[in-house]
Amino acid sequence: MKTIKEKHSLLMRWTHWVNFPVLTIMIWSGAIIYWANDEYSITLFGHTYFKFFPQGFYDKLHIGYRLREGMAFHFLFMWFFALNGVIYLLYTIVSGAWRELLPQRKSFKEAWLVLLHDLHIRKMAPPQNKYNAAQRIAYTAIIVMGFGSLVTGLAIYKPVQFATITWLCGGYHSARVIHFILTIGYVFFFLIHIIQVILAGWNNFRAVVAGFEVVDDNKPEPLTLSPAEDEK
Amino acid sequence: MKNSNTPKKELTVQQKINRRSFISFGVFGLMGVAAYKGWNWLYNAPRETAGITAGARAPMRRALNQTELAFRRFFSNNHLVKTYPKSMAAKNVRHNSDVGVKDHFDIAAWKLQVTRSNGEVLQITIDQIKALPKTEIVYDFKCVEGWDQIQYWGGLKMIDFIEHFGLAQEATLAYMGLMTPNRQYQVGLDMPSALHPQTILAYEMNGKPIPGNHGAPLRLIIPVKYGIKNIKRIGSIAFSNNRPPDYWARQGYDYYSGL
Repeated sequence: MKTIKEKHSLLMRWTHWVNFPVLTIMIWSGAIIYWANDEYSITLFGHTYFKFFPQGFYDKLHIGYRLREGMAFHFLFMWFFALNGVIYLLYTIVSGAWRELLPQRKSFKEAWLVLLHDLHIRKMAPPQNKYNAAQRIAYTAIIVMGFGSLVTGLAIYKPVQFATITWLCGGYHSARVIHFILTIGYVFFFLIHIIQVILAGWNNFRAVVAGFEVVDDNKPEPLTLSPAEDEK
Repeated sequence: MKNSNTPKKELTVQQKINRRSFISFGVFGLMGVAAYKGWNWLYNAPRETAGITAGARAPMRRALNQTELAFRRFFSNNHLVKTYPKSMAAKNVRHNSDVGVKDHFDIAAWKLQVTRSNGEVLQITIDQIKALPKTEIVYDFKCVEGWDQIQYWGGLKMIDFIEHFGLAQEATLAYMGLMTPNRQYQVGLDMPSALHPQTILAYEMNGKPIPGNHGAPLRLIIPVKYGIKNIKRIGSIAFSNNRPPDYWARQGYDYYSGL
Protein backbone atom coordinates (compact mmCIF):
# COMPACT_ATOMS: atom_id res chain seq x y z
CA MET A 1 0.00 0.00 0.00
CA LYS A 2 1.12 3.50 -0.74
CA THR A 3 1.64 5.93 2.10
CA ILE A 4 2.68 9.57 2.21
CA LYS A 5 5.88 10.30 4.06
CA GLU A 6 6.79 13.91 4.81
CA LYS A 7 10.32 14.74 3.70
CA HIS A 8 11.19 18.41 3.10
CA SER A 9 9.75 21.32 5.08
CA LEU A 10 8.11 24.20 3.24
CA LEU A 11 10.87 26.58 4.27
CA MET A 12 13.61 24.26 3.04
CA ARG A 13 11.84 24.00 -0.32
CA TRP A 14 11.33 27.76 -0.64
CA THR A 15 14.93 28.64 0.19
CA HIS A 16 16.18 25.90 -2.13
CA TRP A 17 14.23 27.20 -5.09
CA VAL A 18 14.90 30.86 -4.33
CA ASN A 19 18.59 30.10 -4.13
CA PHE A 20 18.70 28.46 -7.54
CA PRO A 21 17.94 31.52 -9.72
CA VAL A 22 19.67 33.92 -7.30
CA LEU A 23 22.91 31.93 -7.31
CA THR A 24 22.67 31.60 -11.09
CA ILE A 25 22.50 35.39 -11.39
CA MET A 26 25.38 35.78 -8.91
CA ILE A 27 27.57 33.39 -10.92
CA TRP A 28 26.66 35.06 -14.20
CA SER A 29 27.25 38.61 -12.94
CA GLY A 30 30.40 37.37 -11.18
CA ALA A 31 31.73 36.06 -14.49
CA ILE A 32 31.08 39.49 -16.04
CA ILE A 33 33.08 41.15 -13.25
CA TYR A 34 35.87 38.57 -13.44
CA TRP A 35 36.19 39.16 -17.19
CA ALA A 36 37.48 42.70 -16.56
CA ASN A 37 40.63 41.23 -14.99
CA ASP A 38 40.68 37.56 -15.93
CA GLU A 39 44.05 36.63 -14.52
CA TYR A 40 43.47 33.07 -13.30
CA SER A 41 44.69 29.91 -14.96
CA ILE A 42 45.86 26.43 -14.10
CA THR A 43 49.59 26.71 -14.66
CA LEU A 44 52.17 24.15 -13.58
CA PHE A 45 55.90 24.52 -14.21
CA GLY A 46 55.36 27.30 -16.71
CA HIS A 47 52.81 25.42 -18.78
CA THR A 48 49.26 26.74 -18.82
CA TYR A 49 46.77 23.90 -18.94
CA PHE A 50 43.62 25.97 -18.73
CA LYS A 51 42.86 29.65 -18.81
CA PHE A 52 39.82 30.99 -16.98
CA PHE A 53 38.08 31.51 -19.30
CA PRO A 54 38.51 30.73 -22.99
CA GLN A 55 37.30 33.45 -25.34
CA GLY A 56 34.60 31.13 -26.69
CA PHE A 57 33.06 30.90 -23.24
CA TYR A 58 32.87 34.70 -22.94
CA ASP A 59 31.49 35.06 -26.46
CA LYS A 60 28.89 32.35 -26.08
CA LEU A 61 27.52 33.77 -22.82
CA HIS A 62 27.93 37.40 -23.91
CA ILE A 63 30.16 38.14 -20.91
CA GLY A 64 32.58 40.78 -22.18
CA TYR A 65 32.48 44.59 -21.84
CA ARG A 66 29.64 44.66 -19.32
CA LEU A 67 31.49 45.32 -16.06
CA ARG A 68 29.19 48.14 -14.89
CA GLU A 69 26.14 45.94 -15.47
CA GLY A 70 27.73 42.92 -13.80
CA MET A 71 28.60 44.94 -10.71
CA ALA A 72 25.11 46.41 -10.45
CA PHE A 73 23.49 42.96 -10.61
CA HIS A 74 26.05 41.37 -8.29
CA PHE A 75 25.60 44.05 -5.62
CA LEU A 76 21.81 43.83 -5.80
CA PHE A 77 21.40 40.05 -5.77
CA MET A 78 24.01 39.63 -3.04
CA TRP A 79 21.31 40.87 -0.65
CA PHE A 80 18.87 38.16 -1.71
CA PHE A 81 21.58 35.50 -1.64
CA ALA A 82 22.59 36.49 1.89
CA LEU A 83 19.05 36.90 3.18
CA ASN A 84 17.91 33.58 1.76
CA GLY A 85 20.92 31.85 3.28
CA VAL A 86 20.35 33.44 6.69
CA ILE A 87 16.69 32.40 6.68
CA TYR A 88 17.61 28.82 5.79
CA LEU A 89 20.37 28.66 8.37
CA LEU A 90 18.24 30.07 11.20
CA TYR A 91 15.41 27.70 10.34
CA THR A 92 17.72 24.71 10.18
CA ILE A 93 19.18 25.52 13.58
CA VAL A 94 15.90 26.38 15.33
CA SER A 95 13.81 23.54 13.86
CA GLY A 96 16.39 20.89 14.65
CA ALA A 97 16.60 19.96 10.96
CA TRP A 98 20.37 20.19 11.33
CA ARG A 99 20.27 16.73 12.93
CA GLU A 100 19.38 15.23 9.56
CA LEU A 101 21.86 17.43 7.74
CA LEU A 102 25.17 17.63 9.57
CA PRO A 103 27.64 14.82 8.90
CA GLN A 104 28.01 12.33 11.73
CA ARG A 105 31.20 10.65 12.78
CA LYS A 106 30.32 7.60 10.71
CA SER A 107 29.32 9.70 7.69
CA PHE A 108 32.83 10.04 6.36
CA LYS A 109 33.31 6.27 6.24
CA GLU A 110 29.80 5.66 4.96
CA ALA A 111 30.05 8.27 2.23
CA TRP A 112 32.65 6.07 0.59
CA LEU A 113 30.22 3.13 0.62
CA VAL A 114 27.51 5.38 -0.82
CA LEU A 115 29.86 6.38 -3.60
CA LEU A 116 30.69 2.75 -4.39
CA HIS A 117 26.99 1.95 -4.36
CA ASP A 118 26.13 4.86 -6.65
CA LEU A 119 28.84 3.79 -9.07
CA HIS A 120 27.34 0.27 -9.11
CA ILE A 121 30.49 -1.22 -7.64
CA ARG A 122 28.68 -2.31 -4.50
CA LYS A 123 25.17 -3.65 -4.15
CA MET A 124 24.48 -2.50 -0.61
CA ALA A 125 24.11 1.07 0.59
CA PRO A 126 24.44 2.02 4.25
CA PRO A 127 21.13 2.63 6.06
CA GLN A 128 20.01 6.23 6.11
CA ASN A 129 17.31 8.59 7.20
CA LYS A 130 16.48 11.70 5.18
CA TYR A 131 19.94 12.09 3.71
CA ASN A 132 22.64 9.50 3.17
CA ALA A 133 26.17 10.07 4.37
CA ALA A 134 27.38 11.54 1.08
CA GLN A 135 24.44 13.92 0.99
CA ARG A 136 25.05 15.01 4.56
CA ILE A 137 28.62 15.93 3.66
CA ALA A 138 27.74 17.55 0.32
CA TYR A 139 24.77 19.58 1.57
CA THR A 140 26.59 20.77 4.67
CA ALA A 141 29.61 21.68 2.56
CA ILE A 142 27.49 23.74 0.18
CA ILE A 143 26.12 25.77 3.11
CA VAL A 144 29.63 26.36 4.40
CA MET A 145 30.66 27.35 0.87
CA GLY A 146 27.78 29.82 0.67
CA PHE A 147 28.92 31.39 3.90
CA GLY A 148 32.46 31.46 2.50
CA SER A 149 31.28 33.28 -0.63
CA LEU A 150 29.54 35.86 1.52
CA VAL A 151 32.59 36.47 3.71
CA THR A 152 35.15 36.54 0.89
CA GLY A 153 32.76 38.68 -1.14
CA LEU A 154 32.57 41.22 1.66
CA ALA A 155 36.36 41.11 1.96
CA ILE A 156 36.72 42.05 -1.72
CA TYR A 157 33.80 44.49 -1.80
CA LYS A 158 34.78 46.63 1.22
CA PRO A 159 38.40 45.79 2.02
CA VAL A 160 38.84 49.06 3.93
CA GLN A 161 35.67 49.16 6.03
CA PHE A 162 35.90 45.41 6.70
CA ALA A 163 39.67 45.15 6.78
CA THR A 164 39.51 42.53 9.52
CA ILE A 165 37.45 40.22 7.31
CA THR A 166 39.89 40.76 4.44
CA TRP A 167 42.72 39.92 6.79
CA LEU A 168 40.93 36.77 7.97
CA CYS A 169 40.57 35.72 4.32
CA GLY A 170 44.33 35.99 3.93
CA GLY A 171 44.28 39.38 2.21
CA TYR A 172 42.66 40.89 -0.87
CA HIS A 173 44.21 38.50 -3.42
CA SER A 174 43.51 35.42 -1.35
CA ALA A 175 39.90 36.47 -0.77
CA ARG A 176 39.44 36.95 -4.51
CA VAL A 177 40.94 33.53 -5.29
CA ILE A 178 38.78 31.77 -2.67
CA HIS A 179 35.70 33.61 -3.94
CA PHE A 180 36.52 32.37 -7.44
CA ILE A 181 37.25 28.76 -6.42
CA LEU A 182 34.01 28.56 -4.43
CA THR A 183 32.14 29.64 -7.54
CA ILE A 184 33.80 26.93 -9.62
CA GLY A 185 32.80 24.59 -6.78
CA TYR A 186 29.12 25.56 -7.16
CA VAL A 187 29.24 24.72 -10.84
CA PHE A 188 30.67 21.25 -10.11
CA PHE A 189 28.18 20.76 -7.29
CA PHE A 190 25.37 21.70 -9.65
CA LEU A 191 26.47 19.21 -12.33
CA ILE A 192 26.70 16.29 -9.89
CA HIS A 193 23.51 17.39 -8.15
CA ILE A 194 21.56 17.37 -11.42
CA ILE A 195 22.87 13.92 -12.40
CA GLN A 196 21.98 12.54 -8.96
CA VAL A 197 18.51 14.08 -9.06
CA ILE A 198 17.85 12.54 -12.46
CA LEU A 199 19.11 9.15 -11.28
CA ALA A 200 17.11 9.33 -8.04
CA GLY A 201 13.90 9.71 -9.98
CA TRP A 202 10.54 11.38 -9.72
CA ASN A 203 9.63 10.51 -6.14
CA ASN A 204 12.78 12.22 -4.90
CA PHE A 205 12.33 15.30 -7.11
CA ARG A 206 8.67 15.69 -6.22
CA ALA A 207 9.65 15.83 -2.54
CA VAL A 208 11.67 19.02 -3.10
CA VAL A 209 8.61 20.68 -4.65
CA ALA A 210 5.67 19.09 -2.83
CA GLY A 211 7.44 18.10 0.37
CA PHE A 212 6.45 14.45 0.58
CA GLU A 213 7.60 11.09 -0.70
CA VAL A 214 5.38 8.17 -1.53
CA VAL A 215 6.38 4.95 0.16
CA ASP A 216 5.02 1.79 -1.44
CA ASP A 217 4.90 -1.11 1.03
CA ASN A 218 4.52 -3.63 -1.77
CA LYS A 219 7.84 -2.66 -3.24
CA PRO A 220 10.83 -3.72 -1.19
CA GLU A 221 13.04 -0.95 0.19
CA PRO A 222 16.38 -0.58 -1.51
CA LEU A 223 18.96 -2.93 -0.11
CA THR A 224 20.72 -1.55 2.91
CA LEU A 225 23.18 -3.00 5.31
CA SER A 226 22.02 -3.58 8.82
CA PRO A 227 24.31 -1.90 11.35
CA ALA A 228 25.47 -5.35 12.46
CA GLU A 229 26.56 -6.32 8.97
CA ASP A 230 28.17 -2.97 8.57
CA GLU A 231 30.52 -3.67 11.44
CA LYS A 232 32.21 -6.47 9.55
CA MET B 1 -30.66 17.40 0.39
CA LYS B 2 -30.67 13.70 1.04
CA ASN B 3 -26.91 13.49 1.14
CA SER B 4 -26.48 15.98 3.95
CA ASN B 5 -26.17 13.33 6.60
CA THR B 6 -23.63 11.15 4.88
CA PRO B 7 -20.13 12.09 6.06
CA LYS B 8 -17.72 13.42 3.48
CA LYS B 9 -15.78 10.56 2.05
CA GLU B 10 -12.17 10.31 3.22
CA LEU B 11 -9.73 10.95 0.38
CA THR B 12 -7.77 7.95 -0.78
CA VAL B 13 -3.97 8.11 -0.52
CA GLN B 14 -3.73 8.44 -4.27
CA GLN B 15 -6.16 11.36 -4.21
CA LYS B 16 -4.13 13.03 -1.49
CA ILE B 17 -0.95 12.53 -3.51
CA ASN B 18 -2.59 13.97 -6.59
CA ARG B 19 -4.09 16.90 -4.74
CA ARG B 20 -0.89 17.89 -2.96
CA SER B 21 1.17 17.43 -6.10
CA PHE B 22 -1.26 19.56 -8.09
CA ILE B 23 -1.18 22.40 -5.57
CA SER B 24 2.58 22.28 -5.04
CA PHE B 25 3.51 22.07 -8.70
CA GLY B 26 0.89 24.69 -9.50
CA VAL B 27 2.45 27.12 -7.05
CA PHE B 28 5.92 26.10 -8.19
CA GLY B 29 5.02 26.78 -11.80
CA LEU B 30 3.39 30.10 -11.02
CA MET B 31 6.37 31.24 -8.96
CA GLY B 32 8.66 30.14 -11.76
CA VAL B 33 6.71 32.19 -14.29
CA ALA B 34 6.64 35.16 -11.88
CA ALA B 35 10.39 34.92 -11.33
CA TYR B 36 11.01 34.75 -15.06
CA LYS B 37 8.73 37.73 -15.71
CA GLY B 38 10.31 39.65 -12.85
CA TRP B 39 13.77 39.01 -14.21
CA ASN B 40 12.71 40.04 -17.70
CA TRP B 41 11.28 43.25 -16.33
CA LEU B 42 14.50 44.04 -14.44
CA TYR B 43 16.82 43.01 -17.26
CA ASN B 44 14.94 45.09 -19.84
CA ALA B 45 13.90 47.95 -17.57
CA PRO B 46 14.23 51.41 -19.15
CA ARG B 47 17.49 53.25 -18.62
CA GLU B 48 17.59 55.93 -15.96
CA THR B 49 17.01 59.52 -17.01
CA ALA B 50 20.45 60.81 -17.89
CA GLY B 51 21.67 63.33 -15.34
CA ILE B 52 24.44 63.20 -12.79
CA THR B 53 24.23 59.43 -13.15
CA ALA B 54 23.32 57.70 -16.38
CA GLY B 55 23.66 54.49 -18.34
CA ALA B 56 22.17 52.07 -15.82
CA ARG B 57 18.68 50.55 -15.85
CA ALA B 58 16.50 52.73 -13.60
CA PRO B 59 15.76 50.05 -10.95
CA MET B 60 19.42 48.98 -10.94
CA ARG B 61 20.47 52.57 -10.25
CA ARG B 62 18.00 52.76 -7.36
CA ALA B 63 19.50 49.53 -6.01
CA LEU B 64 23.05 50.92 -6.27
CA ASN B 65 22.00 54.05 -4.39
CA GLN B 66 20.25 52.07 -1.67
CA THR B 67 23.25 49.78 -1.27
CA GLU B 68 25.43 52.89 -0.96
CA LEU B 69 23.29 54.08 1.95
CA ALA B 70 23.55 50.69 3.65
CA PHE B 71 27.34 50.55 3.40
CA ARG B 72 27.91 54.22 4.26
CA ARG B 73 26.92 53.25 7.81
CA PHE B 74 30.12 51.25 8.08
CA PHE B 75 32.36 54.09 6.91
CA SER B 76 34.65 55.48 9.57
CA ASN B 77 37.74 57.67 9.67
CA ASN B 78 39.12 55.07 12.05
CA HIS B 79 39.06 52.48 9.26
CA LEU B 80 42.42 53.10 7.67
CA VAL B 81 43.76 51.59 4.49
CA LYS B 82 46.56 49.12 5.10
CA THR B 83 49.96 50.63 4.34
CA TYR B 84 53.16 48.93 3.18
CA PRO B 85 56.89 49.63 3.30
CA LYS B 86 58.21 51.74 0.41
CA SER B 87 60.27 48.79 -0.81
CA MET B 88 57.07 46.99 -1.79
CA ALA B 89 55.82 49.81 -4.04
CA ALA B 90 55.65 49.12 -7.78
CA LYS B 91 58.40 50.70 -9.87
CA ASN B 92 56.26 50.55 -13.01
CA VAL B 93 53.06 52.17 -11.87
CA ARG B 94 50.16 50.91 -13.93
CA HIS B 95 48.66 53.45 -16.29
CA ASN B 96 45.05 52.68 -17.19
CA SER B 97 43.24 55.71 -18.53
CA ASP B 98 43.79 59.09 -20.16
CA VAL B 99 40.29 60.53 -20.12
CA GLY B 100 40.49 64.29 -19.61
CA VAL B 101 44.29 64.49 -19.72
CA LYS B 102 45.00 63.81 -23.39
CA ASP B 103 45.04 67.35 -24.73
CA HIS B 104 47.93 69.79 -24.75
CA PHE B 105 48.40 71.35 -21.35
CA ASP B 106 50.67 74.13 -20.10
CA ILE B 107 51.81 72.84 -16.75
CA ALA B 108 53.67 76.09 -15.93
CA ALA B 109 50.45 78.10 -16.18
CA TRP B 110 48.50 75.65 -14.00
CA LYS B 111 46.63 76.91 -10.99
CA LEU B 112 44.14 75.02 -8.88
CA GLN B 113 40.79 76.78 -8.88
CA VAL B 114 38.75 76.32 -5.74
CA THR B 115 35.24 77.73 -5.75
CA ARG B 116 34.07 78.82 -2.32
CA SER B 117 30.47 78.90 -1.13
CA ASN B 118 30.27 82.67 -1.57
CA GLY B 119 31.32 82.35 -5.22
CA GLU B 120 34.87 83.52 -4.63
CA VAL B 121 37.43 81.49 -6.63
CA LEU B 122 40.80 80.76 -5.03
CA GLN B 123 43.75 80.39 -7.39
CA ILE B 124 46.32 78.13 -5.78
CA THR B 125 49.74 77.42 -7.23
CA ILE B 126 51.61 74.14 -6.93
CA ASP B 127 54.30 75.91 -4.87
CA GLN B 128 51.71 76.97 -2.31
CA ILE B 129 50.64 73.35 -2.00
CA LYS B 130 54.18 71.99 -1.89
CA ALA B 131 55.08 74.49 0.84
CA LEU B 132 52.72 72.71 3.22
CA PRO B 133 53.66 69.55 5.16
CA LYS B 134 53.93 66.52 2.87
CA THR B 135 52.18 63.25 3.61
CA GLU B 136 53.29 60.01 2.00
CA ILE B 137 51.36 56.80 1.61
CA VAL B 138 52.24 53.36 0.25
CA TYR B 139 49.04 51.38 -0.20
CA ASP B 140 47.25 48.93 -2.44
CA PHE B 141 45.58 50.91 -5.23
CA LYS B 142 42.46 49.06 -6.37
CA CYS B 143 40.83 49.27 -9.76
CA VAL B 144 37.16 48.59 -10.35
CA GLU B 145 38.30 46.14 -13.04
CA GLY B 146 39.74 43.87 -10.37
CA TRP B 147 43.48 44.55 -10.49
CA ASP B 148 45.41 46.20 -7.70
CA GLN B 149 48.92 47.46 -7.20
CA ILE B 150 50.96 48.68 -4.26
CA GLN B 151 51.87 52.29 -5.06
CA TYR B 152 53.77 55.06 -3.35
CA TRP B 153 52.32 58.57 -3.46
CA GLY B 154 53.14 61.81 -1.73
CA GLY B 155 51.30 65.10 -1.39
CA LEU B 156 49.11 67.27 0.75
CA LYS B 157 46.47 65.69 2.93
CA MET B 158 43.02 66.83 1.94
CA ILE B 159 42.16 67.74 5.53
CA ASP B 160 45.33 69.86 5.76
CA PHE B 161 44.41 71.52 2.46
CA ILE B 162 40.90 72.30 3.73
CA GLU B 163 42.26 73.74 6.95
CA HIS B 164 45.06 75.80 5.44
CA PHE B 165 42.94 77.42 2.75
CA GLY B 166 40.04 78.15 5.13
CA LEU B 167 37.53 75.80 3.54
CA ALA B 168 36.04 74.44 6.77
CA GLN B 169 32.68 75.99 5.95
CA GLU B 170 32.63 74.36 2.51
CA ALA B 171 33.63 71.02 4.04
CA THR B 172 30.35 70.89 5.94
CA LEU B 173 28.50 70.39 2.64
CA ALA B 174 27.68 66.86 1.48
CA TYR B 175 29.88 66.61 -1.63
CA MET B 176 33.13 67.71 -3.20
CA GLY B 177 33.46 67.87 -6.98
CA LEU B 178 36.77 67.79 -8.87
CA MET B 179 37.42 68.30 -12.59
CA THR B 180 40.31 68.26 -15.01
CA PRO B 181 41.24 71.68 -16.49
CA ASN B 182 39.40 70.78 -19.71
CA ARG B 183 36.42 69.61 -17.58
CA GLN B 184 36.23 66.32 -19.50
CA TYR B 185 36.88 64.11 -16.48
CA GLN B 186 34.99 64.77 -13.30
CA VAL B 187 34.80 63.08 -9.93
CA GLY B 188 32.19 63.54 -7.24
CA LEU B 189 33.01 62.52 -3.69
CA ASP B 190 30.85 62.22 -0.62
CA MET B 191 32.44 64.54 1.94
CA PRO B 192 33.26 61.84 4.54
CA SER B 193 35.39 59.99 1.96
CA ALA B 194 37.00 63.21 0.72
CA LEU B 195 37.94 64.13 4.29
CA HIS B 196 39.25 60.67 5.18
CA PRO B 197 42.69 61.11 6.81
CA GLN B 198 44.37 59.14 3.97
CA THR B 199 42.93 61.23 1.13
CA ILE B 200 45.77 63.13 -0.55
CA LEU B 201 46.24 65.80 -3.19
CA ALA B 202 49.29 64.09 -4.63
CA TYR B 203 52.18 65.76 -6.46
CA GLU B 204 54.75 62.97 -6.07
CA MET B 205 54.88 59.38 -7.24
CA ASN B 206 57.68 57.11 -6.04
CA GLY B 207 59.33 60.18 -4.45
CA LYS B 208 59.49 62.19 -7.71
CA PRO B 209 57.11 64.70 -9.34
CA ILE B 210 54.15 62.89 -10.89
CA PRO B 211 54.67 62.18 -14.62
CA GLY B 212 52.21 63.67 -17.09
CA ASN B 213 50.34 60.42 -17.81
CA HIS B 214 49.77 59.89 -14.09
CA GLY B 215 48.23 63.31 -13.59
CA ALA B 216 50.85 66.05 -13.20
CA PRO B 217 51.00 68.42 -11.53
CA LEU B 218 48.34 67.47 -8.96
CA ARG B 219 46.06 64.45 -8.75
CA LEU B 220 43.80 62.87 -6.20
CA ILE B 221 44.78 59.79 -4.23
CA ILE B 222 41.78 58.54 -2.32
CA PRO B 223 42.47 55.04 -0.97
CA VAL B 224 38.89 54.53 0.30
CA LYS B 225 37.68 54.57 -3.32
CA TYR B 226 38.29 52.60 -6.50
CA GLY B 227 40.77 54.04 -8.99
CA ILE B 228 38.04 55.71 -11.05
CA LYS B 229 37.66 58.33 -8.30
CA ASN B 230 41.41 59.11 -8.22
CA ILE B 231 41.21 61.98 -10.72
CA LYS B 232 44.39 63.00 -12.54
CA ARG B 233 45.44 66.60 -13.29
CA ILE B 234 42.95 68.33 -11.02
CA GLY B 235 41.88 71.68 -12.46
CA SER B 236 39.13 72.73 -10.12
CA ILE B 237 37.46 71.85 -6.85
CA ALA B 238 33.95 72.85 -5.81
CA PHE B 239 31.57 71.99 -2.98
CA SER B 240 27.84 71.34 -2.92
CA ASN B 241 25.01 69.52 -1.21
CA ASN B 242 24.07 67.74 -4.43
CA ARG B 243 26.08 65.14 -6.26
CA PRO B 244 28.63 66.86 -8.53
CA PRO B 245 29.20 65.50 -12.06
CA ASP B 246 31.11 62.21 -12.17
CA TYR B 247 32.50 60.72 -15.36
CA TRP B 248 32.08 57.03 -14.55
CA ALA B 249 28.76 57.41 -12.74
CA ARG B 250 27.49 58.79 -16.03
CA GLN B 251 28.76 55.63 -17.76
CA GLY B 252 26.60 53.39 -15.57
CA TYR B 253 28.95 52.81 -12.63
CA ASP B 254 28.07 53.19 -8.95
CA TYR B 255 28.40 56.81 -7.83
CA TYR B 256 29.82 55.86 -4.43
CA SER B 257 32.40 53.27 -5.57
CA GLY B 258 33.78 53.07 -2.02
CA LEU B 259 36.02 50.41 -0.59
